[in-house]
Amino acid sequence: MAEITGAEALIESLENEGVEVIFGYPGGSVLPIYDELYDASIRHVLVRHEQAAAHAADGYAQATGRTGVCIATSGPGATNLVTGIATAYMDSVPLVAITGQVPRSLIGGDAFQEADITGITLPITKHNYLVKDVEDVPRIIKEAFYIASTGRPGPVLIDIPKDVTTDTLEFRYPQKINLRGYMPPKGVDVEQLREAAQLILRSERPVIYAGGGVIISNASSELLSLAETIMAPVTTTLMGKGAFPDTHPLSIGMPGMHGTKYANYAIQESDLIIAVGARFDDRVTGKLESFAPNAKIIHIDIDPAEIGKNARVDIPVVGDARAALSRLTGLVKEEQPRTGAWLDRIKKWKEEFPLQYKRDGLKPQYVVECINELYPDAIITTEVGQNQMWAAQYFNCTRPRTFITSGGLGTMGYGFPAAIGAKVGVPDATVIDIAGDGSFQMNSQELATAVQNNVPVVVAILNNGYLGMVRQWQELFFERRYSATIIEESVDFVKLAEAYGAIGLRVKEPEDVKAALKEAVDSSRPCIIDFIVERTENVSPMVPAGAAINEILDLE
Amino acid sequence: MKRHTLAVLVENKPGVLARISGLFSRRGFNIESLAVGVTEKVDISRITIVVSGDDAVLEQVKKQLNKLIDVIHIAELAPNSSVSRELALIKVGVDATTRSMVMQIVDVFRARIIDVSTDSLIVEVTGSKGKIASIQRLLSQFGIKEMVRTGKVALHRRSQTAADTMPEELQRPIEE
Repeated sequence: MAEITGAEALIESLENEGVEVIFGYPGGSVLPIYDELYDASIRHVLVRHEQAAAHAADGYAQATGRTGVCIATSGPGATNLVTGIATAYMDSVPLVAITGQVPRSLIGGDAFQEADITGITLPITKHNYLVKDVEDVPRIIKEAFYIASTGRPGPVLIDIPKDVTTDTLEFRYPQKINLRGYMPPKGVDVEQLREAAQLILRSERPVIYAGGGVIISNASSELLSLAETIMAPVTTTLMGKGAFPDTHPLSIGMPGMHGTKYANYAIQESDLIIAVGARFDDRVTGKLESFAPNAKIIHIDIDPAEIGKNARVDIPVVGDARAALSRLTGLVKEEQPRTGAWLDRIKKWKEEFPLQYKRDGLKPQYVVECINELYPDAIITTEVGQNQMWAAQYFNCTRPRTFITSGGLGTMGYGFPAAIGAKVGVPDATVIDIAGDGSFQMNSQELATAVQNNVPVVVAILNNGYLGMVRQWQELFFERRYSATIIEESVDFVKLAEAYGAIGLRVKEPEDVKAALKEAVDSSRPCIIDFIVERTENVSPMVPAGAAINEILDLE
Repeated sequence: MKRHTLAVLVENKPGVLARISGLFSRRGFNIESLAVGVTEKVDISRITIVVSGDDAVLEQVKKQLNKLIDVIHIAELAPNSSVSRELALIKVGVDATTRSMVMQIVDVFRARIIDVSTDSLIVEVTGSKGKIASIQRLLSQFGIKEMVRTGKVALHRRSQTAADTMPEELQRPIEE
């Protein structure tokens, strides 16, 4: 059998894993790998900053359900991936990050472009590898994809010294994986589900609290079945948005800090919380001791460590959400739901406390509503801050994998490269990044990526000339001392788009919003729309930090 | 706060200890003692960790450790069904008059003297944390020049082993 190089083995292993696209940026330590990529079948999307490679791979993974792959060189290339890897880790996104490393003989000697990236990423990867022997390349790639995509998914980093990529081996791709320390739960504990079913049958005021795990396990239709069987309202978290149709009568929208009042009231008044693939994040629970005070809690999660980590749990169910929901529905379907009075109360709350804003001037919420009206099937990505919350509040998702956002880490600059990744993964979709003028500037250089690789995404900047969410907190809690949050007229986004060869549009009036959106989408080119919105609009309602979630305020 | 002794069986690979110690520090778990060494199987190391915290903390420690790919198995060693030891080497300053007094204390504790010079002795003592603390207290009157201690190591009593609770399928490769 002929010997091939480590770089060839790497590419061949990726092909074996069915990788169709890599987001990356070349450099000295990955030259041999890039030389192999030159005529490989795998598409390479060249980004302009390695952080964007990780976010694009993340967006690709969330949009497609496949594992995203990014690559960077040693040292600064690798450290630039760090924010993207941490983002994927917090949101349980399957990602394989490949980094070059200095030759083995130089490791530890502070060589040029050397960074201990396995050490650096220890707390933000599900696992990582430093490849010390070329013979290990196929096995490590196989393990990395397996670990990244199974159980609770997450990023896996593979650090490959340059001389490992030029060493040779007899290539054989392994068929089996032998990881005795890693056994993601396969089944679901039926006894626990039986107890859960008993609680459900006794409950009169249940709330299903669905998180990103429902989307990851492709359990949306199972969630719908359970909700309709037991007639329970469903609140979806930021990461769970799309797991349950926002337009469904049983949907009560998002819980927590900027959730709907009726979701928060329902949680606080409920006698049973059925948590699925959600992790009781502080933005959801508010003051933990006051969260759902009268409710028993069923917690379904594939990661046992999530159960009991934050909230007290009455019935823990470790396992895949899809299997668990489907079995649970089977266990309760014979009984008639008794939630009529409960649903009536929720309906009244919905009527009394709808999401609302004053319609004067060009409002950011209105822009989101227009996007929703014109492109209800679009894949939406968001940046982080007010733009993200308005997108979550006013865009109604009806399908999973259509709302892609940095929920856990809250990474500004995420949405645009994630949109590029999503569009590469789902080329037929309309992909719109709902952005703020602050966040967009954190990765605006990716306009070059979108133009060069012909990835026609739309960036809808809700431009208020502020770092809006921080400004909102300064308004509410820091006596309107707008320290370092005023960024008005710092950049002309239309000219910026044009400078990169993209289309730039500007909208100042509500009546021009839809036409601009249509022009952008119809252009089939990368496009920025600079929506000059009301500057001091706040995200409302809001639970102040540290308060119980029913202490939710309307803001002007 | 309760003390819990855990035997953590891990892959005998470089970097595993860093993964474990990093996990403890970033999640705010308190390690009271940690000892690591090879086992009867060349590819498995055993880390004995004493962690303090209530039952919820212990549960999180075990679950979070289990998430590390290189952690193969975790067993808890309850005090009444296990034996444990720590070891200390204590260098005591002595002269002609105090040497025999130190040796008497060493005898009482069934410790050993493993190095002798004109002005110092090195005492080796194994036992529980309490026993080591006691001899340390008694020897301090003579002047302890230097001291080193291991972390606690522990085994289950009788024929029980830490691997007993390991699921059977752990030894089998995963079929794709």
